Amino acid sequence: MSAIAVPATARPTGWRKLIGFNMLTGILLGIGGWFLGYWIGGRFTGVNIAYYSKTAGQNDISIMLGYLLGVVGFLVGLGFANYPLKRMLGHPPSLAEQESEGEGLYKYFTLSTDHKVVAKQYMVGIGLFFFVAGLNAMLIRTELLQPNVHVFGANQYLTLVGMHGSMMMGTMTSGLLGPFATFLVPLMIGSRRMAFSRVSAFTFWLLMAGEVILLTTIFFGGFQTGWTGYQPLGAQGTAGYDAYIGFFALVGLSMTLFGFNLVVTITTMRSPGMTWTRLPIFVWGALTTAWLMVLAAPMLIAALLMAASDRTVQTAFYIPGQGGSAYLFQNLFWVFGHPEVYILALPGMGIVLELIPVFSRKPLWGYRLAVAGMLGIAFLSFFVWQHHLFVSGINADLRPFYMLSTELISLPTGFIFLCAMGTLWRGRIRLTVPMLFCLGWIFNFLWGGISGVFNSDVPSDVTTHGSFFVMAHFHYTIMGGLIFAFFAAIYYWVPKMYGWKLNERLAKIHFWTLFIAFNSTFAPLFALGFMGMPRRVVTYNPAWQGLNIWVSVSAYFIGLSMLVFLFNVVWSLAIKREPAPANPWHAKSIEWELPTPLPVHDFDRIPVFDHDPYPYGEPAPTRAPVIAPAGRTA
Amino acid sequence: MDGTNHFRRVVLLWLLATVIMTPIVIFVFGPGLPPGNGTVEASGQVTDNTVLLATATPVALGVLVYLGYVLWAFRERTPEVVLDGPPIRGNSSVQFWWLIVTTTLVLFLAGYGTIRMLADGSGGGQGPNPLAVPATPAGGKLVVQVVAQQWQFNYRFPGYGGVETNQVELPANTLVQFNVTSLDVIHSFWAYQLGVKADANPGVNNVAYVTTKGPLTFQVRCAELCGVWHGYMFGTGYVVSRARFAAWIAQQRVKFAPATKQLPPYSKTYFPQALRRAG
Repeated sequence: MSAIAVPATARPTGWRKLIGFNMLTGILLGIGGWFLGYWIGGRFTGVNIAYYSKTAGQNDISIMLGYLLGVVGFLVGLGFANYPLKRMLGHPPSLAEQESEGEGLYKYFTLSTDHKVVAKQYMVGIGLFFFVAGLNAMLIRTELLQPNVHVFGANQYLTLVGMHGSMMMGTMTSGLLGPFATFLVPLMIGSRRMAFSRVSAFTFWLLMAGEVILLTTIFFGGFQTGWTGYQPLGAQGTAGYDAYIGFFALVGLSMTLFGFNLVVTITTMRSPGMTWTRLPIFVWGALTTAWLMVLAAPMLIAALLMAASDRTVQTAFYIPGQGGSAYLFQNLFWVFGHPEVYILALPGMGIVLELIPVFSRKPLWGYRLAVAGMLGIAFLSFFVWQHHLFVSGINADLRPFYMLSTELISLPTGFIFLCAMGTLWRGRIRLTVPMLFCLGWIFNFLWGGISGVFNSDVPSDVTTHGSFFVMAHFHYTIMGGLIFAFFAAIYYWVPKMYGWKLNERLAKIHFWTLFIAFNSTFAPLFALGFMGMPRRVVTYNPAWQGLNIWVSVSAYFIGLSMLVFLFNVVWSLAIKREPAPANPWHAKSIEWELPTPLPVHDFDRIPVFDHDPYPYGEPAPTRAPVIAPAGRTA
Repeated sequence: MDGTNHFRRVVLLWLLATVIMTPIVIFVFGPGLPPGNGTVEASGQVTDNTVLLATATPVALGVLVYLGYVLWAFRERTPEVVLDGPPIRGNSSVQFWWLIVTTTLVLFLAGYGTIRMLADGSGGGQGPNPLAVPATPAGGKLVVQVVAQQWQFNYRFPGYGGVETNQVELPANTLVQFNVTSLDVIHSFWAYQLGVKADANPGVNNVAYVTTKGPLTFQVRCAELCGVWHGYMFGTGYVVSRARFAAWIAQQRVKFAPATKQLPPYSKTYFPQALRRAG
């Protein structure tokens, strides 16, 4: 029996399942909440108050309140109010109210407190919006096939650019930790769950609500600011900017809570023997990222609250000439925004360093150096943000400091490279699909890092700032880094998470097409930036059309490569399902000692650790058979 | 193992690659690096870019040669059998030297960039109180105010009766001081061939310097997303001989005389209209 008893209440069956606290109820209440908020906001308007967007016939207070009550309705419909209400009314706590093995697919559409279910919810939710944001990129590249406007209008184009950037940034902050840390951190540290199971579910559903809000921007004229949302352009923008505010504020809240949850889980819930020096390196990546989330994301929420009040109740935090400052938003945004890019990068580093030992059949080389690298990156990332503002005229005398701090970050990043490279040395390298993606990560991140040196150097940044060079740089680190780590993790851990393997032949096609198309897309963008093409333009110098066509066609190949992946998922899931063995990679970390599929409560006995997860080539340590989930394998 | 000195092989391969590639980078790619040699500051940036690229070349080659070598030398030849490699958990002297080398490189780059930037400001926006002012050449100094608004740049010449033009010409062999500001949202004044980029912030006077050389045609583009027609915010400027500049500016003063009377007096910043803000 599991440690925590599941209440044996009779569950509804068939269509009756739809009545109750689930996603459908959430959506219905969310829509109801939207209309209620919109109506209340309409009542607030006085004749003396005129809004920025008045010309468009839109009332920002109505829209903001609509989003707010819509989100509240959605969460109540999912059942997030039940537990606090029950407790307030004196009912006993019921941790496992929604945990059940017998629910089948239905449980994925409800508030689930099982970390494995939340992880799979994250996987599908994030995959969905990653796909949407990727489609936006295809549309952007379609417009850039010609130097003049030909498919979309300027406003539509900028909205696409803003949605692509915001959705990728907002979604992928949880892109690696959402599915993989939620699933693996409890297993790897020998805990049965995250510290705050309900918060785990909350951060997921909040993120989904945010994504839907961002999509609604198209009904309100879109937004013209890109993902950075600079002020006072934002204050001037159409009501679509309210969707941007709502989206990023919810993402910020989701990130803060998720980070908090991870920090507490990893700090307090490690099982006996799981000392800090035995922690899998992926967990270190999750921990350092979690700290960044906790400390940086509140800045974003604060910045956006001020933007929201500028637009609704006519404060002037960001309005120059009214006592506000456009610099204020830039500062707050990048105080969040630079740690944010390491929130994207660090989990990927953790995954790569976690996987390379498995496929080199060697212990992780320089474990402490890798940990120092992650801590160093996390620490330094708070002191570099004004390198985004080198030519803005703000604190110009401090530029040598920001130049130094930015370039110092390449030291801890170098540690990560050294550890990855050291692990490969004299190994028995097995070029499996996850390993190919890890090697792809090293290759791409190398160019991302080297191009970063040009951006960090003020004289060089005078040319590269705000150009396609910067755009290519961060796509090399984020897409070439994070996304490659994302797919490495998918191919590596899906057999454990879902119990089936992805087809290897299709996976290899996916890797090679993605790797080639990715480099063919973004390497020419360095050249375009050097030639002087600014970011986010709908028109450009006709002399650059040849390279732009090359880039667009390569981008379509990225899209095709993603379709290969989708086809692989459908093929391996529905058409030719291959059950995965418990340990297909012969890995030595604990998640592979567990049966596939995992029992609801993971461990019947909490494991005791006496070595780290990388004893390759060393005499196999004897761990007591801590996992004996008798009768629980499907 | 097999007794092959893999380490020496990697180092030799890397040395070979570096000796071949670094001169190619410096002498073949270097002169083509942006933003060209149109002005003193632009030439400075070309030098800077060349130094960065030349420093990065051995680093990138090191990683690539290493990766290529280990994938060739240590690839599992019999993947059917799962065998472990040697349990090497680190090497303190490698870690030590790695730290020394990377720290030296980073400090060199930061120091070099700082010295280059403080010499003449490198054409970047330096805010209202610029620290790095280039030496004034024989041609003297010209102040040009760049007034950005949605969606065009205008140029105001305080030394010539505060006339405002929508085209820009600059005299050759002159130190030009751009006072960049904005009337509405954040723009960025990017004169590519001049090697100048400075954000135009509403309410802020952002100063950038450039020392012109001979005649030059330069592109001006907005480098900060400033609203719907951001993509259309570009233009062409010219560096011309001092005599032609004098003729041009005199002509502009006559042409825009009625408009100049309507303009507010020259100021470091302007707040003409609040942003569609009522009340």
